[in-house]
Amino acid sequence: MTTTLTRLRVPGAFLLGAVLLLGVAPLALSDFRLSLFAKYLCYAIVAVGVSLAWGRGGLMVLGQGVFFGLGGYAMAMHLKLTDAAATGEKLPDFMQLYGTSDALPWWWEPFANPFFALAMTVLLPMVVAGVLGFFIFRRRVKGAYFAILSQALAAALSIWLIGQQATTGGTNGLTDIQGFFGYSLDDPVNQRMVYFIIAAVLLLLMALARQLFVSRYGELLVAVRDSEERVRFLGYDPANVKLVAYVVAAGMAGLAGALFVPAVGIISPALIGIVPSIGFVIGAAVGGRASLVGAVLGAIAVAWAQSTLSDAFPAAWTYLQGLLFVLAVGFLPGGLASLWFVLRRRRTRPTPVIRTEEPVAVTVGETA
Amino acid sequence: MSGFSISRRGLLAGASAVGASAALSACGAKTGTETSSGAGAKADTSGSTVKVGLLNSLSGTMAISEVTVHNALLLAVKEINAAGGVLGKKLKPISQDGASDWPTFAEKAEALIKDDKVVATFGCWTSASRKAVKPVFERYKSLLFYPVQYEGLEQSPYIFYIGATTNQQIVPALDYLKKQGLTRLYLVGSDYVFPRTANKIIKAYAKAKGMTVVGEDYAPLGSTEFSTITNKVRTAGADAVFNTLNGDSNVAFFKEYKSAGLTAKSLPVLSVSIAEEEVKSIGTQYLEGQLTAWNYYETTPGAANTKFVKAYQAAYGKDKPTSDPMEAAYISLYLWKEMVEKAGSFDVAKVKAASDGILLDAPEGKVTVDGATQHVYKTARIGKVGSDGLIEEVWNSGKPIKPDPYLKGYSWAASLS
Repeated sequence: MTTTLTRLRVPGAFLLGAVLLLGVAPLALSDFRLSLFAKYLCYAIVAVGVSLAWGRGGLMVLGQGVFFGLGGYAMAMHLKLTDAAATGEKLPDFMQLYGTSDALPWWWEPFANPFFALAMTVLLPMVVAGVLGFFIFRRRVKGAYFAILSQALAAALSIWLIGQQATTGGTNGLTDIQGFFGYSLDDPVNQRMVYFIIAAVLLLLMALARQLFVSRYGELLVAVRDSEERVRFLGYDPANVKLVAYVVAAGMAGLAGALFVPAVGIISPALIGIVPSIGFVIGAAVGGRASLVGAVLGAIAVAWAQSTLSDAFPAAWTYLQGLLFVLAVGFLPGGLASLWFVLRRRRTRPTPVIRTEEPVAVTVGETA
Repeated sequence: MSGFSISRRGLLAGASAVGASAALSACGAKTGTETSSGAGAKADTSGSTVKVGLLNSLSGTMAISEVTVHNALLLAVKEINAAGGVLGKKLKPISQDGASDWPTFAEKAEALIKDDKVVATFGCWTSASRKAVKPVFERYKSLLFYPVQYEGLEQSPYIFYIGATTNQQIVPALDYLKKQGLTRLYLVGSDYVFPRTANKIIKAYAKAKGMTVVGEDYAPLGSTEFSTITNKVRTAGADAVFNTLNGDSNVAFFKEYKSAGLTAKSLPVLSVSIAEEEVKSIGTQYLEGQLTAWNYYETTPGAANTKFVKAYQAAYGKDKPTSDPMEAAYISLYLWKEMVEKAGSFDVAKVKAASDGILLDAPEGKVTVDGATQHVYKTARIGKVGSDGLIEEVWNSGKPIKPDPYLKGYSWAASLS
């Protein structure tokens, strides 16, 4: 009996999540609240990747803004180009105002193709993460040095974007996006459609991440996090193990950025720099970075709290956010999710605090 | 790395979720078609009070400037309420914090319109925040009153631009420099939209009017490293520096400028983003004698200004200066009140229709709303920083200048837009 329950626990939880996201939320929330919720879910998608790379892989990814931004800009560039084409213009509106030449820059041109742009929202962050990760992990850069490197990259990208006002919109970013693949974003029905797409992508990526967690690769990733040297002695290359987690997390952040654009209607350097990059991991840290559900709920809760509390206490919110981060990292490394397991352990049997999934029996030599 | 074991169960569940979501969401309007449903936000004017939205950064890097604008807006609300409100209804200010973050501005603008059902919104400072909220106000057909001088080249049907556009600030500043015989300019600015666009205009003006731009440098927003730039300025052989730096950077720039041996006498700096508040934070000793270009100073003569300064200092403290963006914010509420009363309704279309020709005896002098551009006729004023930290006017345009956001009336600007 208990085994059946345990076996049904994960699909059951998944189904419950799907019902809440795709059924209850759209009925319970007004159009405005739903579009805000869509924004929080984008942050949750980033958190899925953070949970993988940081929670499971121990990589302190403090530069997810870079990948979020690459995905967002790839999507926004395509949408700006189709908006311009719809009104018979050759160039997006901001280029006509601030641009220096009459021709579309060469690196904008391929983004007119929807398939190329869509592929780029995920591939571009993954390729950047792949190249970067290859050199970083091969040179065995880790811990604080890795975090600092991620941060520097985020700062560099946002400064570069600001400087290229004629082709990137500078500090303003890409704004005033009217349509999403031919559908007007002014229409609440289409806004709901965007929400459904985001919710579905989140569920899909959570399912994917969960499978990665319980796979042999997931075990290996945790092993690398906990003792890289031992894994090396066992004949694995930890660099490759970490690279995969880093690249997958980057792809997820890129997809989140791409979905953020139709949901919010803007992508700008303000979403890419150091502060937003830290913001992306705070939710995961508070909720519990090693627990997929904890990270996702944490990201949603922190984003929601920011929207709500910043109205009442504008100046205090930033401090509160910092405090949450310090408390979570310093005193509750497993986040709020670990509280649940601490309580449950009291009643049943000991489980390591950071470990939030049931141990999975892995048959050596099993292949996919 | 071998042995990924991804079970089918999870993927299938995910795939069915996507299918379900696609089925659930019927397709809406295509782009280009007019959607009446998009403008579903109706302002609430049923009660004895109406809500007005105040959208400023109360936290983050812009808070230091935007809080003063917020204060000026609150002062105007209080005064209007004390005098009986608008169309017999008291105003209830709803403050939202843009948090110096552009997407947050868009979110809060939507909250004001949809949740609070405000009749109009007042605020925003940076161009980036205005660009972020512009589609929101256009989508819901709601009004924003924007109180800060900006780079022009914009004319949203749902924004009233109460600050100066370029032909009311930058162009008169150039006219002034030219008249003083200062024709070789060095351009220093922060790296964002306003300075870059302003400098494009300056270069076009210089080219047409026989002035020379001898150098152009940008520093990242918030940068405090200016030794390289001041060195270049010193050796470039310029007559004057045109400064579009913003915020903290000015502090570092002027300190470096002074220590490089440059003074207001040897090489004057004309700044377009330094008002009374900034003079205080930079330090009068570094700025004394330098030039600024605005439409209002605390010292601007007139009964309306005396009243404004007195009321502001009574509410917020004797030592608090008033500045151009604060004054523009303050009058934006009065201009809106006049429009509503002329229209006899809070309805946005009627208010817009009534806006043309609204005249106000403002602290900055007479201002008139230009209905066609939704900008305001303003008098340009060049000022000089005095030893007391206040700015004294040294020149003005004599009469309010007609707003021309796209510089269509200037032949030299034909290549700009």
